[in-house]
Amino acid sequence: MTSMTEQNDIAAQQHDETNEHHHYAPKGIMRWLLTTNHKDIGTLYLIFAFTMFLVGGAMAMVIRAELFQPGLQLVDPNFFNQMTTVHGLIMVFGAVMPAFTGLANWMIPMMIGAPDMALPRMNNWSFWILPFAFAILLGSLFMEGGGPAFGWTFYAPLSTTYSSDSTALFVFSVHIMGISSIMGAINVIVTIVNLRAPDMSWMKLPLFVWTWLITAFLLIAVMPVLAGVVTMVLTDKYFGTSFFDAAGGGDPVMFQHIFWFFGHPEVYIMILPSFGIVSAIIPAFARKPLFGYASMVYATASIAGLSFIVWAHHMFTTGMPLFGELFFMYCTMLIAVPTGVKVFNWVATMWRGAMTFEVPMLFALAFVVLFTIGGFSGLMLAITPVDFQYHDTYFVVAHFHYVLVTGAIFSIYAAAYYWLPKWTGHMFNEFWAKMHFWCSLVSVNVLFFPMHFLGLAGMPRRIPDYALQFADVNQIVSIGGFAFGLSQLLFVVVVVKAARGGEKAAAKPWEGAEGLEWTVPSPAPYHTFETPPAVK
Amino acid sequence: MNTPTDRQTQHQQANKKLVGRLVLIVAAMFGFGFAMVPLYDVFCDITGLNGKTNSEAVSTVAVDADLSRQVRVQFVTHNAKGVAWPFQSSLPSIKVHPGVMTQVEFVVENPTNRPVIAQAIPSVSPGLGAQYLRKLECFCFNQQPLAPGERKVMPMQFYIAPDMPNDIGTLTLAYTLYDISNRGDQPANAQTAAP
Repeated sequence: MTSMTEQNDIAAQQHDETNEHHHYAPKGIMRWLLTTNHKDIGTLYLIFAFTMFLVGGAMAMVIRAELFQPGLQLVDPNFFNQMTTVHGLIMVFGAVMPAFTGLANWMIPMMIGAPDMALPRMNNWSFWILPFAFAILLGSLFMEGGGPAFGWTFYAPLSTTYSSDSTALFVFSVHIMGISSIMGAINVIVTIVNLRAPDMSWMKLPLFVWTWLITAFLLIAVMPVLAGVVTMVLTDKYFGTSFFDAAGGGDPVMFQHIFWFFGHPEVYIMILPSFGIVSAIIPAFARKPLFGYASMVYATASIAGLSFIVWAHHMFTTGMPLFGELFFMYCTMLIAVPTGVKVFNWVATMWRGAMTFEVPMLFALAFVVLFTIGGFSGLMLAITPVDFQYHDTYFVVAHFHYVLVTGAIFSIYAAAYYWLPKWTGHMFNEFWAKMHFWCSLVSVNVLFFPMHFLGLAGMPRRIPDYALQFADVNQIVSIGGFAFGLSQLLFVVVVVKAARGGEKAAAKPWEGAEGLEWTVPSPAPYHTFETPPAVK
Repeated sequence: MNTPTDRQTQHQQANKKLVGRLVLIVAAMFGFGFAMVPLYDVFCDITGLNGKTNSEAVSTVAVDADLSRQVRVQFVTHNAKGVAWPFQSSLPSIKVHPGVMTQVEFVVENPTNRPVIAQAIPSVSPGLGAQYLRKLECFCFNQQPLAPGERKVMPMQFYIAPDMPNDIGTLTLAYTLYDISNRGDQPANAQTAAP
């Protein structure tokens, strides 16, 4: 038994320790290098992700500039291939995933009433190894023979027999990215399982927390498989093994099986947190509780479960037997059921709600509509017999950009605008934010919608040149691309303005918003919920 | 009583335990990635899904010939990238009764002035038919050393298992010839090279 005085002493001592900590808190660059604060690390992740988004976007501009006209005019084909490859790698591992991890760092402790992430030092590590991974990857572009040019999917034997000498750098950078996301995922799971406020039961968790918990499990399940497959590529190329080399008894098709066993759950890693974000924003601006909370949780879990048994739908044209094609086709289509549950729940949440259209809501609504378009083209691709026509065409490019740009990235923008007042303490400039939204919305559709038609007409993906009949549509697509790229600079303007000043934000700037993060002042103090809050 | 420090140590213990378990999952999944390699081979061996034929000679078992139907077996030869050796089968295709032993000859020539080692890798289309094409002897079971200028006639003996489904009327057996002279490692098939 501890007496009251002792307790008070301990509390006082702890208070002193925190104060002391504040005193010796490093300033300047060291503050950011050494920080273990979840808000600092969240900010670092978000800034890093946006920087990488611009770098990967610049590469997309090179691609679209080259494709503006048929023929080869700006870059040579090998460099073009490096651009498509590194654009994909950067957007997947450098932009979307770190952005979600940044949001998780910032918001999950505040949403569950925890003082910080459970493993703050590991948190610092998992961020600070990322810049090195991408420095290595980007550095490989300047090596003799060029960087990776085999597509972000690095199929063997393109990545083994036919790849440039810098492939080892690609492999090591993917290893580091993998270690970073595994550490991030472990941190998220431990935080959610162990650090919830005492009254925060599982079915009271905000959906962003739920979707991230499930995403984190997907991450620790498949990132090690990615690490394994890149290691096999490394040893096949440099150490004479024959995992994927038929001459030595291996099988290049096996690469695709292992890769997509990672790759399909990976695409849900990039969309499940979006579902959580949209499930927070739509109720806030429709001023109604989320329709079908429990079904949202179960739908997320079933999507995650199904993601492990659909990988071969990326490989319909590899000569699979009929039974395999049918199995993977039906399983893939089955995913539309829980996804449909989600879409209908969002629509039902809005039904007869008192809706207003602030910028986070605009992005969330665009997400629902445009992600659904991406979902439908996904269903079309799931149909095995027609996939033989769509495979490796611009139809596939259109599909995954609808789910990743207007899906994942739009939801990240929605989240950024929704929580920006909480992060900066200032309201953002609504005019420029709306400009950002409308310019992005129009240009993104000019950019990606015509790609469906290019694909159906037979234009293959990942080529620097194309047949003349595709010239007009490619010009439109490229113009949309440049406009979309430029529109993203507006986001920089909005965020920098909000960080510097502006109208003071209230603790709860959005009338209908729910959740613990709105009970702390804006900007959120450096330390929040040092004592667990009460939960309704 | 739960003092804040007690709570902290409790938390730390719980965290350690959970981290330990999660790290185990990560390690297991890393292992699973590599385990997929033998699993894939076993799965394909059993089902013949990816068109792989038997890599060791089947023991000769008396099978009843099915004279009621014929199956066309086509022979296709490819050279892997960088290999420019003439490599052909004596016949483009042959019609056989299931259960009847057939021998086909393949000819390879080393036009270069250095000794080389060739390895042929077979693949059958449709993949589901692979398990019914049973080889008693095949040059693909062994590495084939070729002296400069050597021309080699290589036999391949097979029969079609009579229990092959009727809907498979044609089997295409494709061989790709690889130059493995400079490979340090032994191909998987070489284990069975003992004469």
